[in-house]
Amino acid sequence: MSDIAYPVRANPVTTEPRLARYILIGTVVVLIAILLFAPLIAVFSEALREGWSAAISSLSEPDARSAIQLTLLVAAVVVPLNAVFGIAAAWAITKFDFRGKAFLITLIDLPFSVSPVVAGLALVLLFGSNSALGAWFIAHDMKIVFALPGILLATMFVTFPFVARELIPVMMEQGRAEEEAALTLGASGWRTFFTVTLPNIRWALLYGVLLCNARAMGEFGAVAVISGKIRGETTTMPIMIEMLYNEYLSVAAFSLAAALAMLALVTLLLKSLLEWRYADLLSATRRH
Amino acid sequence: MIRTIAISSQVLAQGTFVRDLVGGHIEIDTGGRRLSGKPVASRKDTRVSPVRAAFSARHLRAGLLSMIAAIGLAVSGAPAVHAQESVEILNVSYDPTREFYRAYNELFNEWWSEQGNDPVTLRQSHGGSGGQARSVIDGLEAQVVTLALSADIDVIAENTGKIPEDWQSRLPHNSSPYTSTIVFLVREGNPKGIEDWDDLVGEDVQVITPNPKTSGGARWNFLAGWGWALKEFGGDEKKAQNYVAALYGNVPVLDTGARGSTNTFVQRGMGDVLLAWENEAFLALEEQGEDAFDIVVPSISILAEPPVALIDENIKSDAQREAAEAYLEHLYSPEAQALALKNFYRAWDTSAASEEDIARFPEVELLSIEDFGGWAEVQPTFFADGGIFDQIYEGQ
Amino acid sequence: MRTGILRSASPLPGFGLSFGIMMTVLSIVVLLPIAALLGRGLTIGPADLWEMVNSQRIRSALLLSFRAALIASLFNLVFGLLLAWVLVRYRFWGRRLIDAAIDLPFALPTAVAGIALTALYAPNGVFGQLLAPFNIKIAYTEIGIWLALIFIGLPFVVRTVQPVIEELDHELEEASATLGARRIYTLYRVILPTLTPALLTGFALALARSVGEYGSVIFIAGNLPLQTEIAPLLIVIRLEEYNYDAATAIGLAMLLISFAMLLAINAIQIWSRRRMGDV
Repeated sequence: MSDIAYPVRANPVTTEPRLARYILIGTVVVLIAILLFAPLIAVFSEALREGWSAAISSLSEPDARSAIQLTLLVAAVVVPLNAVFGIAAAWAITKFDFRGKAFLITLIDLPFSVSPVVAGLALVLLFGSNSALGAWFIAHDMKIVFALPGILLATMFVTFPFVARELIPVMMEQGRAEEEAALTLGASGWRTFFTVTLPNIRWALLYGVLLCNARAMGEFGAVAVISGKIRGETTTMPIMIEMLYNEYLSVAAFSLAAALAMLALVTLLLKSLLEWRYADLLSATRRH
Repeated sequence: MIRTIAISSQVLAQGTFVRDLVGGHIEIDTGGRRLSGKPVASRKDTRVSPVRAAFSARHLRAGLLSMIAAIGLAVSGAPAVHAQESVEILNVSYDPTREFYRAYNELFNEWWSEQGNDPVTLRQSHGGSGGQARSVIDGLEAQVVTLALSADIDVIAENTGKIPEDWQSRLPHNSSPYTSTIVFLVREGNPKGIEDWDDLVGEDVQVITPNPKTSGGARWNFLAGWGWALKEFGGDEKKAQNYVAALYGNVPVLDTGARGSTNTFVQRGMGDVLLAWENEAFLALEEQGEDAFDIVVPSISILAEPPVALIDENIKSDAQREAAEAYLEHLYSPEAQALALKNFYRAWDTSAASEEDIARFPEVELLSIEDFGGWAEVQPTFFADGGIFDQIYEGQ
Repeated sequence: MRTGILRSASPLPGFGLSFGIMMTVLSIVVLLPIAALLGRGLTIGPADLWEMVNSQRIRSALLLSFRAALIASLFNLVFGLLLAWVLVRYRFWGRRLIDAAIDLPFALPTAVAGIALTALYAPNGVFGQLLAPFNIKIAYTEIGIWLALIFIGLPFVVRTVQPVIEELDHELEEASATLGARRIYTLYRVILPTLTPALLTGFALALARSVGEYGSVIFIAGNLPLQTEIAPLLIVIRLEEYNYDAATAIGLAMLLISFAMLLAINAIQIWSRRRMGDV
């Protein structure tokens, strides 16, 4: 039991006294248990209050299934789009020198400082039937608000900065010497990107994608304003959870919430596993 | 012999082997240029890691393509209105009617098929009454709205012109196929002895009611209390306002919707009395067991009329109009009325209902919204920005 | 395009393509909706906007939103630093589990988080019952709002500081120790300044996120006007009243204040970076 809290490198001058370590670890574990694990356990225990079969059968209801499908579809569209955007933005910002760069970074960060409710409001103002643009879309029989495109736009808005924010600092630090070397050796632009840049940023990219994915699946506020809440059509998992909870179907609501948490946890565990499996590789790329 | 060397950690070069250098490095000829570096082990030793493989150019391109395909599908799927498909009706409704309309939609389609029609695809949307009306104004293409109060449908008529002004006279009973009222839900045995509206302003009584700004049901709660106070104080509006101010002074949580309040009272154990729709109170009893709560009927309450309306301009075809009109009219049939009674609504036609469902409702003196001058007057006076409800809080 | 915007030539290709993709997506997804919001604000006019925002009710709601966000983010600043340090520097049982769970607040829909927290801290909940004898109320008070905001803002500081701690050079600490500095002095004078930029970034992100939070807070706050009514709820209330102008006004006020705060924090960050000699 005595080595429960040994430091990474047992070098006494670069770590804290044993007592301090125990206190710090204890504080962290207790606070995490109260702040993070208690709500999670509450969700799972509510879901399983009537046993596994009730929880699982509530997930196979057609409305719940279509909500799961819609959420997965939204994530499948939004996450790759944001990844492409993030890579493009990071490439333009870190590999080139142009005016107004700081302002541009602030604009990319903007969705973080906008309340999701306001984001939904802005989209309704822009594409609702009372706006010129919205009226044009409706005249051409294209639905934006209260349909899939609106949900996609709202989700993209709130998850917008995640990938770019992860990539920009990493790529800034790495500079552009390696890419220049590759180009000098005659590699094409794309080849340079895929063989030189991408391996360097893959961890940051993976991390950004995972965060973006988790947030995309969990977004409620902005989507609630713009979804129209049509059962089995425009209800994402978070919206469906709120609806079920309001119908006193708390087992079904929490089962769906637990399923959503599991989806996110699986991706997070996957990330941890990859990090663990490729720890050496990871430290090698970080080192240089 | 062709060899590969690493120049930096990520840059490789390939060329014919020239000579060995010190430290294990080699020199190669890349066709005119000589480079030196650490040789990379032959192919079989450098197994590509799955991570690296996943990020390889080929996979990434495939991913890009499938992503573009997915977006294409998403966009093309959006305006999917096919002529051959069955008639669709979207019913945009408020929160507490979920159970009722789920049952009614089945009942209607059964009856509709019996009449020799193709079944209709019935789509439901539920949410706070005001928010649902706003969605319809902003373009949610509902053929039918079934909301908590006529003020919310008035707003749709006013802002979009998709419904004629006199929509409420198009169907019987002010277009309200079912009604409800406001009752008190108290804890088992009524420990605080709450019998009527004046008990709600007691020192140690906590009242749970949602925010009238965001909840239609809460507006009925407010008006029922206001109506009682006006009668109690002989029409003195100042005293009535003091009464409701005291009432809301006893409210520890203002939820945004009626269901939120019920959850706060029932599951979180907050408060001594819940002001609730009668149907919500019965539903809570059914869900939580009869021995957890009691229903108290006050001396005066209000006749809450949740109206229904056809959104004329959202109708695309004659077949759709025919089905949507039948959908609303059939709400008044004996079977549908019995269904409403079964779902704890006070319906008009009791001919097909079971004895038990009818006997459930106690007699109570009910004020009507007309006693307050109708919603067109009530809404701005009481609940608009700066109205009496706001004055209660801002006067504190 | 290249010559017009670029400040100096770069041998790397792809500026047009990457810049093009970035600006297109940025415009459609972010700038256009925000422009619609600003446009709406312009048609109302500054005087009317001020009129709509300048009431006691809105002022107290804005104050509450920013105060609670500030308190929660300060807590997350300290706790996030502690958490990141412990996760990187110590090895203990369950470390990997905690590390994986940090991002949970992103994944759990905010409404679920709000319901779960309320269930725990309501007077009849597991923690609420424990605290009731001491007359401590958490759910339906301002403390409940802090709790919800701490929950949703937790990952930001941890995730921005963690990589920097991983990159920290042990030699610096060794040198400091060799020169006779006590550990606490090393931590304070050598390590903390290095972490400051990352800490500030995480703090700013957590703050911005919690100011606008709606889904989780409305379940655990009492939502009483002038007491526990947050600004995003007021926006929703104005929307329910079909009063888009007033909703836009409050939305713009929030946007301006959080934008100003972000700018201020960015400025502090640049300043501290300069002082540190560009760490």
